[in-house]
Amino acid sequence: MAPGFFTRHGLMPDVYYDTTVTIIALILLGKVLEMRAKTQTSAAMKALLGLQAKTARFVRPDGQEVDVPIEQVQLGDILVVRPGEKVATDGLIMEGSSAVDETMLTGESLPVEKQAGDPVFGATLNKTGSFRFRVTKVGADTMLSQIVKLVEDAQGSRAPIQRLADKVSAIFVPTVVVIALLTFVLWFDLAPVATRLPLALVSFVAVLIIACPCALGLATPTAIMVSTGKGAEHGVLIRNAEALEKAYRVDTVLLDKTGTITRGKPAVTDFVVSAGQDETRLLQLIAAVERQSEHSLAEAVVRYADARQTPKADATGFRAVQGRGAAATVAGQAVLIGNRALLAEESASVSAELAARAGQLLEQARTVLYVAVAGQAVALLAVADTVRDTSVAAIQKLRALGIEVVMMTGDNPQTAAQVAAQVGISRYFAEVLPQDKAGKVRELQAEGRTVAMVGDGINDAPALAQADIGLAIGSGTDVAMEAAGITLMRSDLHGVVTAIELSRQTIRTIKQNLFFAFVYNILGIPIAAGVLYPLFGVLLSPMLAAGAMALSSVSVLTNSLRLRGSLIKN
Amino acid sequence: MDTAEIIVTLAGLALAAFVLWYFFFSPRPTATAVSSADGVQEVAITVKGGYSPDSIEVERGRLVQLSFYRDEENSCSEGLLMPDFNVRRDLPAFKTTLVELLPQQAGSYVFTCGMGMLRGTLVVK
Repeated sequence: MAPGFFTRHGLMPDVYYDTTVTIIALILLGKVLEMRAKTQTSAAMKALLGLQAKTARFVRPDGQEVDVPIEQVQLGDILVVRPGEKVATDGLIMEGSSAVDETMLTGESLPVEKQAGDPVFGATLNKTGSFRFRVTKVGADTMLSQIVKLVEDAQGSRAPIQRLADKVSAIFVPTVVVIALLTFVLWFDLAPVATRLPLALVSFVAVLIIACPCALGLATPTAIMVSTGKGAEHGVLIRNAEALEKAYRVDTVLLDKTGTITRGKPAVTDFVVSAGQDETRLLQLIAAVERQSEHSLAEAVVRYADARQTPKADATGFRAVQGRGAAATVAGQAVLIGNRALLAEESASVSAELAARAGQLLEQARTVLYVAVAGQAVALLAVADTVRDTSVAAIQKLRALGIEVVMMTGDNPQTAAQVAAQVGISRYFAEVLPQDKAGKVRELQAEGRTVAMVGDGINDAPALAQADIGLAIGSGTDVAMEAAGITLMRSDLHGVVTAIELSRQTIRTIKQNLFFAFVYNILGIPIAAGVLYPLFGVLLSPMLAAGAMALSSVSVLTNSLRLRGSLIKN
Repeated sequence: MDTAEIIVTLAGLALAAFVLWYFFFSPRPTATAVSSADGVQEVAITVKGGYSPDSIEVERGRLVQLSFYRDEENSCSEGLLMPDFNVRRDLPAFKTTLVELLPQQAGSYVFTCGMGMLRGTLVVK
């Protein structure tokens, strides 16, 4: 009807039905693709939320077991978990033992052995045995809820790299509208009368359509969403986008030795037995004495004996000698375990062979325990805080990433040198007092380095806060985690590698996204305004502008989604 | 320059000036939070092509409850970001989403849609 009206009045109408339909179709298609891609950016988060168990197997006071909705579980309740079932919430095992798959929370691929007294966490998967546990945390206090909260917070944070995009976004809409109006005016004023209206109109519409603030707005947040979710999958919890950006710049990693490179608890490294002695029998006597002691070295010896399934024996007349060792009678024999001073006090003799071996072990920075039976030293136990199995490989990977790894410890220089050599670290600080740790971070920063500090203890908190980025090892204290920008749920240095690799991949993706979004608009808007028309006679059709606009935000989203597939296998 | 060109030029420039004035210089009414009986500062915000009101005044040190009612399906407004408070929320269409904050420091804090186009300001006194 409308074209007929124009022709009746002698005007040749330009109809844009095809253009209008195509523009709407393309924009809607773009929205659909964008929606799908956006859903995927938060897939990791949804997966985390989906881990929560829906019911719990509650043990009534009369011993009867009933399934109850998870919302009804209260602190102090006793729950039972059978093989193949999810642990309903956080608690402490009261009886039973099992291997529990904690991959979903920590990224640790091997099941963790659990027995009475050990903590269990909601959403983890019970593998082999059955156990009962007392509920210690419910609802928002559980480990899973805290992880979800941390990831949510990180996804809502703003990355400093986004600042320029934020500034541009803030003035984007009015700027584009003004450019479109000026485009219309210029074409109308400068083009020949016959073509000025179509040219002005097409260019005006093309500018409004092609200008895409979406790509700018999506460039950073989508990459942050994908990478924080990806990090959580691998047991790397990123506090905020700024932490991710700081991790990207790190060129030096400072590792606190105890609890980070090493396990943080002593373990028996050598068991030396005099010639003619029965090793198993001796270990049985030793373990019987040490079971009575609460000393951390004694615990290490008991763990060593238990790992070898040493038969148990009873000890009588146990006495602990402060700072020296312990003594007891086992199977009628007087057993003495302690340092050289204890043996001297008790007039126990030490063979030259054992004394020489002890000297060697001391040189290797081991703590040596002498074992005397019936007044004669018959064995040595060397105890040391052992290096985690994964430390050497992780440190190698960090160096391969071009990062200098520095170690810090309160130990003496000999022990520090020995551990450093064992894990392939060439620079270390020895005899560092807890209060001086932050000072060492400052020392490295004064050299112009961007320092990541990795630690686990309360006394690491100031150093974690002082560092450009702090990484708290998950088995550590809440104080350390509070001070850290990144928390590693797994007690493993590979988490540091994962965090740094992830930060590099993320910032690279953000830079690509921002580059694309800026270049797209900087080139697209002038072309749509018709700058090429006077030179080449090319005018961007609003349909093409709509296609480009729809694809621009989808491209940015797709690029961010590539982070999901980033190979982080540690 | 014929009459049509003069009219188009003047109209175009006037519109451009209006756009700039509207976005950068027009006065924005500021809404002040209403305190509930338990001392919570409550503000209702409608989300439709923008935030209304888009400037909200609250007192520091007291809990703030923002009720965002998204009165549209346009996907541009489906996300809400308050980066200074580490808040990211999805705003379902035609539903109210509550956001609680405890601002401790005075200042102006911007909140935006997911892409940073729609903007509002929380002014903490």
